[in-house]
Amino acid sequence: MIGPIISSGIVSPAWDNVFAVILGMGFGFALESSGFSSSRKIIGTFFGYDFVVLKVFFTAAIVASLGLLYLNYLGLVDFSQLYIQPTFLTSAIVGGIIMGIGFSMGGFCPGTSMCAAAIGKIDGMVFLGGMFIGVFIFSESFPLLENMYYSGSQGSKMINSAFGISPELFSLFLVLAAVGMFFGAAWVQKKVKKVEY
Amino acid sequence: MKTIKKDGSFYLNPYLGGVILGTVLLLSFYISGRGLGASGAVKNTVAATVNDIAPQHVQQSAYYSQFAGVDKKPLSNWLIYEVLGVLAGAFISGIIFNRLKLKVEHSPKITSRRRLLFTLAGGLIFGFGAQLARGCTSGAALSGMAVLSLGGYITMVAIFGTAFVVAWVLRKNWI
Repeated sequence: MIGPIISSGIVSPAWDNVFAVILGMGFGFALESSGFSSSRKIIGTFFGYDFVVLKVFFTAAIVASLGLLYLNYLGLVDFSQLYIQPTFLTSAIVGGIIMGIGFSMGGFCPGTSMCAAAIGKIDGMVFLGGMFIGVFIFSESFPLLENMYYSGSQGSKMINSAFGISPELFSLFLVLAAVGMFFGAAWVQKKVKKVEY
Repeated sequence: MKTIKKDGSFYLNPYLGGVILGTVLLLSFYISGRGLGASGAVKNTVAATVNDIAPQHVQQSAYYSQFAGVDKKPLSNWLIYEVLGVLAGAFISGIIFNRLKLKVEHSPKITSRRRLLFTLAGGLIFGFGAQLARGCTSGAALSGMAVLSLGGYITMVAIFGTAFVVAWVLRKNWI
């Protein structure tokens, strides 16, 4: 079966939302069971007492991107049917910086705040509530931000082509960088004073 | 696998957690042709709410009108269903590992009130930034990285780089 199986018509589009619920459950389960429902565990990555975010995030990125490369190599996925986020340089950088500020103030990102809220963390629920206000403010001030929102358009540019190398070679560098970070994290964690949380 | 401690302190090995998360993300691309997300569901809910209260305002807005208004059903959307699944999946994990508890988690050095004020402001700022960047840590960074999108990598570096600096500025809140 050549994926994505919904848009290639193998499975009726009516099933798409059912799969959305099931995939979401896997997503929520993976995040919560790894410890992403705790802001103090998440933020530990920046102080060196708990690197769970670094480990889970980069392992997941490697598994998914290598998996897609394999499926593509075997002819099992049609890359042109995958949704690839268009790149707008200015808004990706400025938006990322703003998100980074919110991340370290609240200790969550949107997905992890939902997991925290689901198991009864009130700080997670409040973060989620704050997001609704932030989205509303952005939407209402869109006329002021419109220029920035659309500037620096690069289309659906791939990072390997920005470096002028093949996707496979880039993925090799990604794996090497991640493994290096995992060893680095283990080394730092030994040196850092334990934090009880 | 180690024996599961029922006092809520047991977490999966992070590499195993990462493999599960990566497999779910891979399946999401293979089945639905798209990555996972979170902030998009908040955006659609806000757009749907504003559309109920002030439909004309939505039609005139260059932003809302992309997601709500005539012929658009922002609440019957893949991301909304996916996020309902996220809440259910996290809840199930909370039951299995005995972590269901109503509480405010914060460093013993700060009050609950301070924690809640900072998390409210953090959520607000994150929500704003996620709209500008067209997605959050899940939809823009992680899902973008899986398909080797340049924007995904840029957003990831910007989020974690800034968060690292700000965490140290605000370290009294955390350590």
